[in-house]
Amino acid sequence: MNHRTALLVALVIAAVPALAQETGTLKKIRDSGSITLGIRESSYPLSYLDDKQQPVGYHIDVCNRIVDAVKAQLKLPALKVQHQAVTSQNRIPLVGNGTVDLECGSTTNNEARQKQVAFAPTTFVTNVRMAVKKASGIRSLDQLNGKPVATTTGTTSVQLMRAHEKGKGIDFKEVYGKDHADAFLMLETDRAVAFVMDDNLLAGLIVSSKAPADYAIVGEVLNVEPIAIMLRRDDPAFKKLVDAAVIGLMKSGELDKLYTRWFLSPIPPKNANLNFPMSDQLKALIKAPNDAPAESFNKK
Amino acid sequence: MNYHWNWGIFLEPVKSGDETYLDWLITGLGWTLAVSLTAWLIALCIGIAVGALRTTPSRLLVMLGNAWVELFRNIPLLVQMFLWFFVAPEFLPREWSLWVKQDMPAKEFITAALCLGFFTSSRVAEQVRAGVGSLPRGQHDAALALGLTLGQAYRHVILPQALRIVIPPLTSEFMNVFKNSSVAFAIGVLELTFQARQMQEDSEQGIETYLAVTLLYFICAFTANRVMALIEARTRVPGLIGKPA
Amino acid sequence: MGEFDFSVWQPSLPFIRDGLLFTLRLTLVAMSGGIVIGTLLALARLSPIVPLARVAGAYVDLMRSIPLVLVILWFFLVIPFITGSPVGAETSAIITFTAFEAAFYCEIMRSGIQSVPRGQVNAAFALGLGQAQTMIHVILPQAVRNMLPVLLTQTIVLFQDTSLVYAIGAKDMLKAADVVGKNYNRPVEMIVLSALIYFTICFSLSLAVKQLQKRVAIIR
Repeated sequence: MNHRTALLVALVIAAVPALAQETGTLKKIRDSGSITLGIRESSYPLSYLDDKQQPVGYHIDVCNRIVDAVKAQLKLPALKVQHQAVTSQNRIPLVGNGTVDLECGSTTNNEARQKQVAFAPTTFVTNVRMAVKKASGIRSLDQLNGKPVATTTGTTSVQLMRAHEKGKGIDFKEVYGKDHADAFLMLETDRAVAFVMDDNLLAGLIVSSKAPADYAIVGEVLNVEPIAIMLRRDDPAFKKLVDAAVIGLMKSGELDKLYTRWFLSPIPPKNANLNFPMSDQLKALIKAPNDAPAESFNKK
Repeated sequence: MNYHWNWGIFLEPVKSGDETYLDWLITGLGWTLAVSLTAWLIALCIGIAVGALRTTPSRLLVMLGNAWVELFRNIPLLVQMFLWFFVAPEFLPREWSLWVKQDMPAKEFITAALCLGFFTSSRVAEQVRAGVGSLPRGQHDAALALGLTLGQAYRHVILPQALRIVIPPLTSEFMNVFKNSSVAFAIGVLELTFQARQMQEDSEQGIETYLAVTLLYFICAFTANRVMALIEARTRVPGLIGKPA
Repeated sequence: MGEFDFSVWQPSLPFIRDGLLFTLRLTLVAMSGGIVIGTLLALARLSPIVPLARVAGAYVDLMRSIPLVLVILWFFLVIPFITGSPVGAETSAIITFTAFEAAFYCEIMRSGIQSVPRGQVNAAFALGLGQAQTMIHVILPQAVRNMLPVLLTQTIVLFQDTSLVYAIGAKDMLKAADVVGKNYNRPVEMIVLSALIYFTICFSLSLAVKQLQKRVAIIR
């Protein structure tokens, strides 16, 4: 922990008065002596497994800072951190049923999900687009009629395609991958001609693929989505701690550094650089942190 | 933890479209039945043939039959699904491979049905071999003495009796096919287990979802059991000890 | 995808080893637990107390007619909602497999117990053994011995079934292979490797069971 983090943790402790009685997640963490982070296997570069099969990434780092804050508040320096791999399909039930305390992945904060779970302030903003093989010549949604299109099960890409004006009346043949890497494999092995997903994930999958030069991210932006760390609903004490920790990272400038480390520098496993500059939306969110859902982004 | 029961959930529309959750489950049941029944047909045809091969006097045929059974019995079904879906097409010539991967209609279904059919055929073959082995040697000899060729003896004398004897163990294999078809979710067949996972994620009513799907599987297995019992009663070999139906 | 590159097998070995250890541990724990609980279930099914026999029978029939994947998902996703205490993927896998396989071991033990000749029981009673003593010292040892090959064959099936924990993300061998395949962009090669490992282990075990079967048969 560097000085700044230490200071931050101190601030957090000051900001969150010790409750007479802990409830919810904090109580669970104290009782079990451990906190479980939900991690992804191929959500580049937010949360994925490196070549040692350890979870790494931008959101993993953010979560580790939150864990530091939890340790400080509960005065449990030896708190055990466990990892549970989750997928797009089971992450919400696993947070809901208590298996996972903090989901550090690539989850879009939207209104439907806010009925089931809560989100930390938005720490990343993504654009939903599609990856194709350059050789295919595909540049837009309306070229996909009758073609197989890969999606990750549990995500909403196909609904977004149908909802987009260029996707109206087009017959997409959906091909499912159980995680992003599986869906990308569909594109790589020509089972699908396009893979519709968050652009950062597509960029990450492309740089770590066998032949990065063969692929391009093309087409319309189907949706702008705030990505955030997910936690259980109706747990104000834990939410307050998480929010304070994340906002602290934003105010101290540490989030910028983490961003640079994961989006603008070489990252494992292949030491490739995504070169993915911070969007204006995220810059604005760091100035004015909030946990507003995707719907509020796409209204304008 | 409080759980909010909502049995009306099945009639509610899904979040992302205009179908209801019930529609999802019905689609799922349809694919489960399609995969299971196709696979069972494949398993019976291949299983009976391979099982019979393993009882012939030819060393080579026995070895081929044994190899088939050991190959499909000793690799987990899930891994076999991946082998057929991801690995097998890579061995085809480029154009064929592309066709299989992009244009072949219902490719997930065909892959799953073939894979489950081959997997089950090794189990059927085991039972058929045991059934043939349990026949008195005299049946075989008498058939040959009557001037039947070996092929004719199998077709008219040995297999008709052996198959009727092995109906009880085949019943449990038939029930297993429905259960094993659930593994097909892993390669993207939209069958019941796939729909259950999707519905639980979309609706947040996990308990209702899994209860309904469990019940549907139970009904499938039970129906399979009754159908086989009916066949068993109709085809009992006269003169053998058998449980009354 | 073009040509294959099997050099990825080498760096994958440490992960495969760790995954295989988990797979073996899961198999052994579920086998021991499954046989113990399965035997108790078998005794319950054969007991003269009708409600007990009914309950045990219903449990066994239920487990035997629903898919394992579904049972795994039940335990992992749904049970925590009811009990309020999640257990994590690996503990969940161990509990699920023990509970599920117990139903199958139960049926094996039941037919094993029923295969013991009636005379053995009468002889034991004549010697003054009580009911429990007869079960423990006379019937069960013979039942286990008669059924040993079948019990072991079921264990091979169990070993293969553990690959289904993939549905909940526990780190078994298949999972390890899957992750390495993704990291090195060689999923096809890793699927082939895991198929080879499963085949080698299961085939050797089934040969061993065949040998054992011959021996048990001779003694009988």
